[in-house]
Amino acid sequence: MSTETAAPTANPAKATAQDAIKANLREYGLIIALIAIMLFFQFTTSGVLFRPVNLTNIVLQNSYIIVMALGMLLVIVAGHIDLSVGSVAGFVGAFAAVLMVDYGMNPLLAGMLGIAMGAVIGGVQGYFVAYMKIPSFIVTLAGMLVFKGLLLWMLGGRSVGPFPTSFQALSAGFIPDIIGPLTLVAPTVDAAGKSLPNTGVVLHSTTLLVGVIIVALMIWSALKSRANRESHGYEAEPFSLFVAKNVVMAGIVLFLMYKFASYRGLPNVLIVMAILIAGFVFLTKRMTFGRRIYAMGGNAKAAALSGILTERLTFYIFAIMGALAGLAGLIYAARLNQATPKAGAGMELDVIAAVFVGGASAMGGIGEVAGAVIGAFIMGVMNNGMGIMGINIDWQQVIKGLVLLGAVAFDLYNKKKG
Amino acid sequence: MSDDIILEMRGITKTFPGVKALENVNLRVRRGDIHAICGENGAGKSTLMKVLSGVYPFGSYEGDIRYEGNECRFTGIHDSEKLGIVIIHQELALVPMLSIAENMFLGNEQAKGGVINWNQVRRRSAELLRKVGLREDPDTLITNIGTGKQQLVEIAKALAKDVKLLILDEPTASLSERDSQALLDLLLEFKAQGMTSIMISHKLNEIKRVADQITVIRDGQSIETMNKADITEDRIVTSMVGRTLENRYPHREPKIGETIFEVKNWSVYHPLHPERQVIKNVNIHVKKGEVVGIAGLMGAGRTELAMSVFGKAYGVNITGEVHLHGKKADTSTVGRAVKEGLAYATEDRKVYGLNLIDHIKHNVTIANLPGVSSGTGVIDDMRELKVANEYRKKTNIRSSSVYQITGNLSGGNQQKVVLSKWLFSDPDVLILDEPTRGIDVGAKYEIYTIINKLAGDGKGILVISSEMPELLGICDRIYVLNEGRIVGEMTGAEASQEKIMRAIMRSLDREEKLEGAA
Repeated sequence: MSTETAAPTANPAKATAQDAIKANLREYGLIIALIAIMLFFQFTTSGVLFRPVNLTNIVLQNSYIIVMALGMLLVIVAGHIDLSVGSVAGFVGAFAAVLMVDYGMNPLLAGMLGIAMGAVIGGVQGYFVAYMKIPSFIVTLAGMLVFKGLLLWMLGGRSVGPFPTSFQALSAGFIPDIIGPLTLVAPTVDAAGKSLPNTGVVLHSTTLLVGVIIVALMIWSALKSRANRESHGYEAEPFSLFVAKNVVMAGIVLFLMYKFASYRGLPNVLIVMAILIAGFVFLTKRMTFGRRIYAMGGNAKAAALSGILTERLTFYIFAIMGALAGLAGLIYAARLNQATPKAGAGMELDVIAAVFVGGASAMGGIGEVAGAVIGAFIMGVMNNGMGIMGINIDWQQVIKGLVLLGAVAFDLYNKKKG
Repeated sequence: MSDDIILEMRGITKTFPGVKALENVNLRVRRGDIHAICGENGAGKSTLMKVLSGVYPFGSYEGDIRYEGNECRFTGIHDSEKLGIVIIHQELALVPMLSIAENMFLGNEQAKGGVINWNQVRRRSAELLRKVGLREDPDTLITNIGTGKQQLVEIAKALAKDVKLLILDEPTASLSERDSQALLDLLLEFKAQGMTSIMISHKLNEIKRVADQITVIRDGQSIETMNKADITEDRIVTSMVGRTLENRYPHREPKIGETIFEVKNWSVYHPLHPERQVIKNVNIHVKKGEVVGIAGLMGAGRTELAMSVFGKAYGVNITGEVHLHGKKADTSTVGRAVKEGLAYATEDRKVYGLNLIDHIKHNVTIANLPGVSSGTGVIDDMRELKVANEYRKKTNIRSSSVYQITGNLSGGNQQKVVLSKWLFSDPDVLILDEPTRGIDVGAKYEIYTIINKLAGDGKGILVISSEMPELLGICDRIYVLNEGRIVGEMTGAEASQEKIMRAIMRSLDREEKLEGAA
């Protein structure tokens, strides 16, 4: 990013530590903002925010928003919008619920059918946007109404549940502790021989192990890409900064893993999310498919004249968005352990807000998966923190709205200046 | 009195970043005259008129404007309109989904306290439409009337502003012969009523018919002003193009091989008006190592020809064949055309050529991502970086690195990025549409050097350009395209600007006769 400013003559950027920090500050600005917000609420909630149970809650509460934010990022980078995702999520959740509860279908099969249903819905909307050239705002606004209506029709005013435990495990389950618990401080035991809650430190050791493996992989891949750059004769950032950056990242990961381990371990849904996030980062950063989305969002005419099949690409993007909305609907239903007629209402706004807070441009062509995820967490942590502080829902809305506006205004101001 | 000067522009100089569009231009217009301004595309005519009308405000240019004897310092188009100077642009400034009457009073609404007096609007618009001889209901939407009538609405709109000096920028460029004649008659009628007009036009026969004086502009300078008695086509042409070619074009020894690219019996219709044929049975070919030019006026159909060949990116009901290496080629989508070895660097690089918010590296590889990725669609970052750096060096893109955002590059460097993109797709035939528009002389020379090198490597090059000297300077052979038809073909050696102009004029005369007979 430091290369954005125009220098008229060739100037092979000598990466000084100062420049590198400047560039990284901007790149990591969102993470820093998220950490600052978390520390703020840690302080105002007198330490509740970082409690293992609460951190786990934040993940569970925001999982479906993040899953949809991944697809929404592609949609917004492509220069479109999808207003239907909340309704589609609600509809697919109800669809799967009816299959499982009313027809006794196997949860895995019902889930697969739900995701497929989401993809088909997204594909149909994508067809209208891509091939019929109807603005996505209109197509998905229609979709929002249609699927909100179909959700009500399908449930007929009732709530459908509860679900088989294997389905509930999607949102309420945790990874099994294969190695067995690791007791650091034995919990206090009452007279009946039962251990009291919130006493002692017993760790979910498999979670810790996963944490260590992730950190090892992170450092290995960072070293490898650094070596790759150097072997091709390109300058890498100063080694000291490289070390500092990776130590901080590793520290954050280990800290969070420790927190999860001291509650019930890694939630299943976090694993699903992590795999999806990694997949979407790879898709957008490394794959031709992702690159073409950015090219199309940046200048659709130029992309088409460069041989990109922009219509087909748009179609695929909406189909992916639909599938993710379907998955989010399943996660949401599993979390409530029932499909309700109100499921998904207004979710699209949280998803879109997350993507914009995460730095995506409403004009298309700009935006990152990591940004969208962090954006979702920023909004999620604020929800959570303000909830614990006991701020009324009305003021929560006002504050969230102002944060969205402020984040985008700040971003634009920075870009103009930079 | 013939020396009653209504408008005088003195020593007008206007620079854009990197380009001097106008240099010390002088213009004197007599009251009650029709004053024509002639010049090649890009000579600076439209810029001069924009200076006059305040589109480029006082302070953004040098020199002074005297109107009715007073010095004028317009800060915007409002100021000039207040004095009765009204400009009608080449691209009509009408809102298609509003009615004729609404358009006529756009920005000049017949309103009191923001409330529009519709009765007054209707009465006045009907009155003005009568004046320009347009028999249409004022409530008709602009989109439902033809270009000729739209032009009349523009004029009526100007009359609504109490115009004293009417400026028309190529008013007949997109009109049929009959509409053009009607428009010229109207101008003569206004003249009889004492109005002064300035008309920019390419069409020498029209100028000869209506103009009292002509000022010729070339390369941003006013060359001469002649009176009606002295006007001959020869003199205008010589004055318009009469410059000596200096050493502005790098030398190349042509090594021309067999025919590599052929377009046969190519016909294309307008995408919005399918009854209008834009390209009429065109046959062209390019040989290996040959640089072939397509000359023609604006609106001749050059870009439409190129874009329709390149993946049918323009037009409907396209018929004809494209041959590459002597074999029939499938160029029905851009992707297929690229695969067949065709590349097309677009006319407007900002609108059609580049992703301006992304950096050089991503722009260079976008037309050939498989070239930097594995079979499964995973991009090899290092390979991509290497490619981008290689082409940055090859085409001499001046930037801080390949990570510079293309929107921040100068026009010449942007053009080099576009060229790099297409060079990396490794084509056999490159179509370059206005490859040097809006870039400075030095960068032009670099672009020509690249073109020469490509030709030297045995590629076929088709150059579309509005700048005739450029075509004469770099091409081995030149086609002249006019109104969608090839109306001339000449070798670089025998070609001259006069010859090209004459080919266009002759075909215009022919069209006129055809229409007259019909």
